[in-house]
Amino acid sequence: MKIEQADVVIIGGGFMGAASAFFLAERGRSVVLLDADMVGRQASGTNFGNVRRQGRPINQLPLAGRSRRIWGEIPRRLGEDVEFVQRGHLRVCWAEEIAADYETYAAEAHAHDLDLELLSRAELRRRFEYLSPEIHAGSFAPIDGHANPRLAAPAFARAATRLGAVVHERTRAISALKIGDDFEVVTDTGRVIRAPVCLVTAGAWAAPFAASFGETVPYVVKGPQMSVTEPAPYVVGPSIGVSTKIPDEVVYFRQVTRGNIVIGGPRHGPASTETFRASVLPENTLVQLDGMRRLVPMIARLRVIRVWSGIECYLPDSQPVMGPSLRVPGLFYAFGFSGAGFQLGPGVGDVMAELIDTGRTDCPIEPFSVARFSNAPPID
Amino acid sequence: MATPRVVIVGAGPAGVRAAETFVAAGLRPIVVDEARAAGGQIYRRQPANFRRTSRELYGSEAAKADDLHRTFERLRDHIEHRSESLAWNLRDGRLHVVRDDVSEAVAFDALVVASGATDRVFPVPGWTRPGVYTLGAAQIALKAQGCAIGARIVFAGTGPLLYLVAAQYLKAGAKIAAVVDSSSLGDSLRGLPGMAALPKVLLRGALLMAELRLAGVPIVQSAVPVAFDGDDSGVTVARFRRADGRELVFDCDAVGFGHHLRAETQLADLAGCDFAFDAVKRQWLPVVDDHGRSSVDGVYLAGDGVRLAGADAAEISGALAARATLADLGIATDERETRALLARQRRLFRFRDGVFTAFPWPGARLAETFPDDGLVCRCEAITAGALRHTVTGMGAPEVNRAKSFSRVGMGRCQGRFCGLASAEIVAAAGGFPIDAVGRLRGQAPVKPLPASTRTAP
Repeated sequence: MKIEQADVVIIGGGFMGAASAFFLAERGRSVVLLDADMVGRQASGTNFGNVRRQGRPINQLPLAGRSRRIWGEIPRRLGEDVEFVQRGHLRVCWAEEIAADYETYAAEAHAHDLDLELLSRAELRRRFEYLSPEIHAGSFAPIDGHANPRLAAPAFARAATRLGAVVHERTRAISALKIGDDFEVVTDTGRVIRAPVCLVTAGAWAAPFAASFGETVPYVVKGPQMSVTEPAPYVVGPSIGVSTKIPDEVVYFRQVTRGNIVIGGPRHGPASTETFRASVLPENTLVQLDGMRRLVPMIARLRVIRVWSGIECYLPDSQPVMGPSLRVPGLFYAFGFSGAGFQLGPGVGDVMAELIDTGRTDCPIEPFSVARFSNAPPID
Repeated sequence: MATPRVVIVGAGPAGVRAAETFVAAGLRPIVVDEARAAGGQIYRRQPANFRRTSRELYGSEAAKADDLHRTFERLRDHIEHRSESLAWNLRDGRLHVVRDDVSEAVAFDALVVASGATDRVFPVPGWTRPGVYTLGAAQIALKAQGCAIGARIVFAGTGPLLYLVAAQYLKAGAKIAAVVDSSSLGDSLRGLPGMAALPKVLLRGALLMAELRLAGVPIVQSAVPVAFDGDDSGVTVARFRRADGRELVFDCDAVGFGHHLRAETQLADLAGCDFAFDAVKRQWLPVVDDHGRSSVDGVYLAGDGVRLAGADAAEISGALAARATLADLGIATDERETRALLARQRRLFRFRDGVFTAFPWPGARLAETFPDDGLVCRCEAITAGALRHTVTGMGAPEVNRAKSFSRVGMGRCQGRFCGLASAEIVAAAGGFPIDAVGRLRGQAPVKPLPASTRTAP
């Protein structure tokens, strides 16, 4: 048995864990980050790659704004490129009633430094000529964008390592207990990590840890249904999604600089935290292509070369659990981002590091407290 | 029980013999195949208006080709032949088949996958130049279209196909600049005891080589490709390095190259079959019993997609897989005949192992010397240097991680052509054993799926 002592032990090397490790290390805290597989391989590495604030619940916008500032600084702060491009995010709709929602949202978002351009059908036709002429209206967020999810979390983990953080991959935390002032995290490789602070960023694997400390968080585990086409001339620019009240109308896409078009929505597929596998149902790919052809008719000329999924967890209110435990001092959570965590990753890491390091944060994260699922009073 | 629904993927030697076996047992299998006409790669049919004889097309194998084609014609009324159809996905006992942009989910009680093999290639600097083909592609050009890939051709790599294709081109009237084999005399001798299991086939191979020599074709052993040089219009020079370090240079206007075969295993992967690393063939293959039963109930594998033992063995493994299917469905088959097929299959497998020993994959050696600026992944244009960096600079300990960081294997071919070479490069860069770097996980679609595809009504 090998015992390691640190200021903070982080369970789960997804984007949230890796970014937290980086910002804690920047603040001079010693960190051990554990991942059962490899950093950023599950939800963090398999998601669509949207770096969008637009469309989030208004109460997420302060956190998303903090995150967006860091996205622009990644090459400088990490010394690595994660293919972030500020090409904007465009929401479009088929129905008039949704266009009215765009106006309401734009007014509220403006107060949080998110400025949106509302676009008529004619303006959409002029600026995004590859979209269907049937689209009713759009809402454009010029300083949103997209990035490569396969690179982002590992880049944060490597940068954390360069600052002295210890990252153990293929090392699964099997239990976490508070013994005296320290948490003791036991792993399946025989390592034991002791630290006065424990941060659980284990995504779809987080609930058992929270439960072991007496906090029940309900979520469902499922996988996004992604596909990518062969490369085509680069024309798209922003990431683009359909807003609709009809579930099967949801489809979203982006084009990477080298030309491939990444497509997501509308459905989810099965995912398992036991086997670490998630799959794309063939029917879901076909439904996705139906939606995509309606949105971008010329997509029909391309071929899909790969589909993939990942293991995500979705909370009943689609909001994450983020902040301190109510029951155990020194215990913190950041998980359950409900399919919308990628953009938030850097901000979550920054805020959690601030919270752990200073005991407070200016960022309003109360809405994401675990308190909303727990009536039990804190122990002390 | 209602009549079981049996589906076969592939109408090559294995698929046709499986279909024949099912029909004999009174079943009506569905046969899904990408080609217009049955025959597979080896017994590929020529286009409708072409008039070459079987002898011209298939040489010494003409009788076998004719028999397979005749068998399929006889079966035609007793099977459902879905030609020009791609089995693009497999899930929950349903095979998803696309034809003319319409995808249909075909439910099955048993599935026989006879998906065949492709060339196994280790990239060579310049391998994406016009005029450079795989050996299989060179053969298809000749067999299907009656076209030669060039007028002055270098054939390189290793494996039986190297000599067979060269001989076929010679007969077709092409000038062969050289045949350059990466295997050594020592390899040949080590493979000889295994290949002696089929003396007649061994003799035929020796005769092919004699034919080439007699025609004045230079045959070089123990030399590996260094580069296929040329200009924008195509390859003009093929350079090789011999074991003693000396360089060999041949002027040419086309190159056919490949290092024996790799199995097409995507459907087995999507079915969830267990895989194991096969040290003799130096690739990951689905685990099957002697009859072709995979680790997944109801999924059977046959032919070069799992055995890599050639067309004769494919016919046998197709018949055996169908017999195993029937037995598992509770339909009696003749045990004696099964035992005879198994005995014949064992000999063919001994021969196959001899072939893999005689013509070994030089990937481990080539991975050490392949230049950093050489393209490994031609679909995504990723160099060996970028791939090595994922190991040495980004901490990738296995191929899926290296793929995720570098995009090697993420293009149109999904690693079918660069996967084995990239595994060798990852292993060499990290000092890992080849079986420890794993294999690229198969993801749908099996081959690119038109975005115009709709669900069958």
